[in-house]
Formats: sequence, C-alpha cells, structure tokens
Amino acid sequence: MTNSIEDIEKADVILAAGTNTTEAHPVIATRIHKAITRHGAKLIVVDPRKTEIASKAHIWLRPYPGTNVAVFNGLLNVIIAEGLTDDEFISQRTENFEAVAEAVAPYTPEEVERISGIPAEDLIAAARLYGKAKRGIILYAMGVTQHSTGTDGVFAIANLAMATGNIGREGTGVSPLRGQNNVQGACDMGALPNFLPGYQKVSDPAVREKFAKAWGVPSLPDKDGLKLGEIMAAAYEGKVRALYVMGENLMLSEPYIAHAEACLKKLDFLVVQDLFLTETAQLADVVLPAVSFAEKDGTFTNTERRVCRVRRAVSPRGKAKPDWEIIVALAAKMGYEMNYDGPASIMEEISRLTPSYGGITYDRLEKQGLQWPCPDRDHPGTKRLHAERFSRGRGLFTPVTYKKPAELPDEQYPFYLVTGRILYHYHTGTMSRRVKGLNAIAPCGLLEINPADASKLGIQDGEVVRVSSRRGSITPAVRITDRVAPGVVFISFHYREVAANALTNAVYDPIAGIPEFKVSAVKIEKL
Amino acid sequence: MRFVSLTIDGRQVEVAEGTTVLEAARKLGIEIPTLCYDNDLSIAGACRLCIVEVEGNNKNLPASCALPVAEGMVVHTNSPKVREARKIILELLLANHPLDCLTCEANGRCKLQQYCYEYGVKESRFSGERRHFAIDDNHPFIERDLEKCILCGKCVRVCQEVQGVGAIDYSGRGFDTKVATFMDRSLADSPCVSCGQCIYMCPVGALTAKPSKGKGRDFEVTKVVTTCGYCGVGCQLALNVKDDKIVGVTNVPDSHNQGYLCVKGRFGYEFVDDPERLTTPLIKENGKFREASWEEALDLVAQKFNEIRAKYGPDALAGVSSARVTNEENYLFQKFFRAVIGTNNVDHCARL
Repeated sequence: MTNSIEDIEKADVILAAGTNTTEAHPVIATRIHKAITRHGAKLIVVDPRKTEIASKAHIWLRPYPGTNVAVFNGLLNVIIAEGLTDDEFISQRTENFEAVAEAVAPYTPEEVERISGIPAEDLIAAARLYGKAKRGIILYAMGVTQHSTGTDGVFAIANLAMATGNIGREGTGVSPLRGQNNVQGACDMGALPNFLPGYQKVSDPAVREKFAKAWGVPSLPDKDGLKLGEIMAAAYEGKVRALYVMGENLMLSEPYIAHAEACLKKLDFLVVQDLFLTETAQLADVVLPAVSFAEKDGTFTNTERRVCRVRRAVSPRGKAKPDWEIIVALAAKMGYEMNYDGPASIMEEISRLTPSYGGITYDRLEKQGLQWPCPDRDHPGTKRLHAERFSRGRGLFTPVTYKKPAELPDEQYPFYLVTGRILYHYHTGTMSRRVKGLNAIAPCGLLEINPADASKLGIQDGEVVRVSSRRGSITPAVRITDRVAPGVVFISFHYREVAANALTNAVYDPIAGIPEFKVSAVKIEKL
Repeated sequence: MRFVSLTIDGRQVEVAEGTTVLEAARKLGIEIPTLCYDNDLSIAGACRLCIVEVEGNNKNLPASCALPVAEGMVVHTNSPKVREARKIILELLLANHPLDCLTCEANGRCKLQQYCYEYGVKESRFSGERRHFAIDDNHPFIERDLEKCILCGKCVRVCQEVQGVGAIDYSGRGFDTKVATFMDRSLADSPCVSCGQCIYMCPVGALTAKPSKGKGRDFEVTKVVTTCGYCGVGCQLALNVKDDKIVGVTNVPDSHNQGYLCVKGRFGYEFVDDPERLTTPLIKENGKFREASWEEALDLVAQKFNEIRAKYGPDALAGVSSARVTNEENYLFQKFFRAVIGTNNVDHCARL
C-alpha cells in the first residue's frame, strides 16, 4: 500500500476494485464499514460478484470478468471529459499524462458499456464521485491482478490516482491488499527472480558486488531467474531438474493442476519443506518438517509495509525445525557457513544490506511494528509513500489498452469461471482445513451459480454437478445465489476435493507472471 | 477547537470541548469503573457504574461516559456518595447473575468480579425472580450463557458498529430483555461471521470462546504477542499458552488492527497440534516414504543438489519460497539459492 490502513477511515471516497475485503481481509473491511457509517465516506465497488462490500456500496459497478482495464480507462475518460483532473498535481509531479489522455479517449461510457456491461450512467456517476473526492483511496486485490492483463490493470489504477492527485496525502493512495501474511515481506526479501532484497536489481553490477562481498562469495549470478510459472515450464522441458519448495502447496495453488503435476513429476529431485504432507509434499523425494508461526521467532511484513514481530509461543513439535535453521543446516552441508545466533542477527544482516529496512532492528520492534522505508535507527518509519516525490522522481503515466482475457466463454464452455477465497479458509487449506470449527462452518467447496442458470440447467441448491474446462473437471455442490451474474460461476480454491485450479488457465501476465485465475471458460453438467 | 478547563478529584485538566468526563479523567490517569463503555463504540450509558459527583448538581449522579465536560466543572469520581451508589449498582447486577465464579471461564478477567472485589460486594441484598435461559452452544466457536449477561450491549454494538453484521440485538422489554438473534435462533443460525469481537467485548462470562473452554483461565495462561499467520493485514494478537499448548487467542488493542480479529486469527490455531503434523524428515524409497534423521535427509539433499549442479549447471536448480514464512527465512532462502547454488531461479507464491 502506498498509504496506511488507518487512511481508509480518512478518505471521503473509497474505490474498491477486485477485492472481496469482507472475506479476504476482514479486519480491513471493518475500516471500510466505519469509514461509511462514522465518517460519511462514499464507497464505489468494482466487482463481478455481489460481495458484502458490493451490497454496501453507494455505486456498484459489475463488469464482465476480465474487463477491468476498460472500466478504469472509462473512469479516467469521464474524469478528463468533465474537467475533474488535478492539473497542478499532473504538471508538477508527473509526466506522460498526454499519452494516457489519448489512450483513454476511445473509452467513452458507451464503449465501456459495450465491453464491460456496466451501464454508462453508473460509470459516469462513479467517475464523478471519485473525481470530485478531496481524499480518494483506491483499494484493490487479486480481482485486478490475476489476469493476463493484471499489470495493465494496476497501471490504469495508478493513472486514475495520479490524474486526480490522490496520492501521497492522508486518506488517499493506491492500496493493493496483500493476500498472505508475509507476501509483502517475501517480495521485500528478494524471494523474486529479478530482485535482491529491497528491490535491488539482480542486473545491477554494483548491487551484485555489494551482496557478493557481504556474503563472502566471488560473484553472484547476473541473469534474471525464472518466475514460478516459468520454473514449472522449465521443469517440464527438463531444464530445471531439482526443485526446493518451502511452505507452498503448488499442487493446489498453481493453475491447471494436471499440468503442474506433470511438471513436478518430470523433476529428478524434489524437496518439500512444510508442516504437513501436502499434495505437493506427497510428490517429493525428501520432505523436511518445518514449524508453524507459533513455534518460532521472526518478522512478517504486512500489506501496509509494517514489519511486525513473530514470537515463539510454544516449542517446536517433534523434530520439526524453523525454516531458517533448516536452510542454515543445508547450506553448511553444501560447504557454506551461515553464522547466526537467531532471527535477530539475520535481521541485522538484512538491515545492513537493504536500505528500506536500514533502521529495522528487533529492539525497535519490541513494542510495535515499523513501516518501511525506515532507512536508519532514528527514522520513525513511513506511513505514506510518494508524499514529496515519487521514488523515480516524477510519477509516470502509463497508457494501457483493453485486451480480452486469454479464454472466453463459447458454445462448448459457456460459463465464465472466477476463483477466489472465502472467509473461513485460507489458501490451499493446509492450516485452516485442520481447524474443526472452520470445517464445521465451511465443510466443502461450493460452486456459486445464478438462479437463472440453475433453473435452465435444472439444478437444485446443494446438488452435485460436473464443472469442466479444457483442462480438467471437478464435481462440487452448487450454491444458488445472485452473488454471481447469469453466465458467471465462482468457486474458491481452498478445497483439494474440488480443486478449482484443476480448471483454471495456465496463461500469465507477461510482466508480472501472474496466472489468469479470474477468467476461464467452463461448462456445467447435471449428474 | 475550543478547550475547556475542569477539576477532577482536585486536579485541574484542560481538554477539548466535547470530551466526556470519563475521557478527561482517563487523561489524568484516573480510572473510573465501566462495564458498557468502549472507546471505539457509541456511548450507551447503560451500566451506570461510571457515575460521578458533580459539584452544584444535587439532583443525581450523572454517568461520566455520557457527560460532556463544561468550563469550571468540579468532579469527584470516588466520593463516599459515588462509592455507595456503585455498590448498589453492583448488588443490583448480582441479584440476577449466577455466582458460579469457581467454574466460570471469565474468572480472573470478569469486570463484574473485579469491581465486586474492589467495592467489597459479597452478595446482593436484593432477592427476587431470576432469569433462566438455556446455554446456546451450537456455534462452533462462541458459547452464549445469557444468564450471565448484564445487558451492557457491547456485543450488540461491536457487531453492528465495527463488524457491520448486526447478528444480535436486544429483544424483549424490562425484566425479559435479552440479547438475541433474529427470531431468537441459535447464534449458529444467524448471520454471525464468527469474528469473536463480541467475546472480547463481553465484560463478564456471557460470551466465551468455546475451543478454550476448561483449558485455562486468564491468570493461568501466558500471553505471547505475535502476528497472525493468515492474511496480509498482519493483525497483532496474543496467543494464550498453557503447558506448551495454545489454548486461546486474545486481543492486542494498541495495534494497527485496533485489537480486532477475524475468525481465522481468533480461532484458527488448532492446526499447530494436528496429529498429522510432520515431526521427522522423510525420504522416499521405492515410491514410499520412510522416516529419516535430519543428518541423513540433509546429506541426501546436499548430495543431490551438488550432483545436479555439477552435471547441468546452477540454473538447473530452482527454489520456491513462501509468503507464509518469516522475512528472515525468505532472506536466507534467496541467499541460499544465489550465494550457495549460484542461480536467481528463486520465486514464491506472491501471484497465487
């Protein structure tokens, strides 16, 4: 997030796109609720599903799945046409606005209605509301990013915020809501093929030299590595022969599971480190037992860039060990000594090498977390990014055009399939499905289908059906609900018994490498 | 903003206009007892325990939570008159409250118990009819014992004002008033989203965490403040530990999540002691796993990694890190791949 969670309550207009906040980020949803009920904020929701926040929205825009870019461009089209841009901000803080103005010109409300199905007058009303906001905040999540055009969607959102000067101030900003507890931290720490910690580029020789020196090795690899989807493909082609998976269950979380399985089975050697014998661990040659968050010390970095302490509450179960200890032991076996007293001393090394974490130490985190950038020990942390200037100087407007999703419904596979999360489970269910009460409330994966479609297919609520795509098929029970529009079905990806990703399409955004989980085509058969 | 000056228990304080006497007193570090007050909820003025004496007002003892400060006001928060009135209020509450503190889950954290102790209230001089309600234990996580409910309404307000759900509200009138779901069904059959905010708000033992039942009272557990392991909000919470087991989760109010949690953060810890936890390294032989020592398992991994790197080069190895492990572990994982293996083929599940 460019801003902080508390800023949600300081905004007068909240634009929430592709985020089922109530279920995926429940505590942030309480902030949205309070912003509306206590501070009179207005809420615009962009979502193909009638989520709880869509029901609370003052304006709900319901696009066809995969048409976000057209919708965001359309909003900016109206904002420009009605003179609602912040011209002073544009001229003083940004560049390349003209190119974007030109790019959004064709996205008139009528054209956007044709592409997305959103009535022109609703788009205009939403554009006016956000465009006139004194403090407008944009929240978004995987509904924007998990598309083959996900990066374009994020560019389009950034264009909207910059064109209206809604950045760098209290109650404004562009706020991706990160889905997993430490997904922000994993990125910050350089668990990415093109970045060393702190987003320092692998391709920069000075950066490589700094790290090589600190790590006591002659040099570091200079070529960007493979992204997860590319690793899987390379495994299939025999280019990657050994894979070490720490705490990830690819056999449920990867798109097109049958393909993912084929890739993993081609490997010469697979190591999986996890709490449980997951679907992925079952394919491994060696399984290493790790401990949960409650059995170790460390830090997580949350969606507002806040680094918070994780504290050991109970002892490691059995012979399981914290992941860091396992890595240290393995490195030693391979002839490389990593000498740490514990996580605090690892953080000392991180802060020496990572400017944005430069002032983050365990003693400072004792009372409460710190938001990066926190460059030195006296720095209080940063609530809002881009306050005076953007990291690159001027904010760069990036023109984007709408492109169709890779796979659209057709005669053979007539439904849009959207996947996502539900409140009661988490990711591949490795943890949450082992909590009795959560399973009691949400025991099985349900396919949401519109009453009109259910009636056409002659399906009753709770009936088990076959859902198939070109890649696989599952047999979930249905939940008949107007949360989804006619022609659209939804299922969560938490359940191994009805694994949503058996159906999803393994196509990726060319820049981010994110799979298109939010749009694939399926058919539904009565059994 | 205009400021108002007043005197509380002989001490002068200046606060913003519109501040309540309760808040002004807290600013001075003077604790006034409350049962229905929470600084993030609307003012109910229901329990009356926060009454104070205001000089010049001979008519009544106003509730300080709902009393705005006024210039020159002189307030006594703990005068004999106030203490006597509070004792009566506590006795009135006790008149219709079971005295089963010995087995009550709230023993040690119950505010009614605490104030009765402070004010020396042993029993109630008021006797009469008592309410009788069946315990609602149909919900997987929340047990409701309405006989213990003191009708402070904090659960109703937090559900409505913070969670935005409104699963419960007052029903009935007078003696028959109770907190109920729509049509007085079980909480399990209501729109409840199991966040458990109501348990945290409940000052007595009317709402308790079912998975924690009988596993340790407040004074028996060690509270370890940590960060939730589920979504990216990173809520701060306290794992309640007894005998090396997690027995519950309590709130950390002074945090970016304002103490609030969701169902997973509050109740989703059982997996830690699931019988299926991996407790030893495993090596697959002839398609079957067998248990192995750390020494043996790590030797095998190191040997295979070395062989494959020697034969095909470092880029024939790749690592998938995790958005669920710590920063320190992600850092070491990428360091391992870059410095030890010699490849940038390292990524994680950010996009999934």
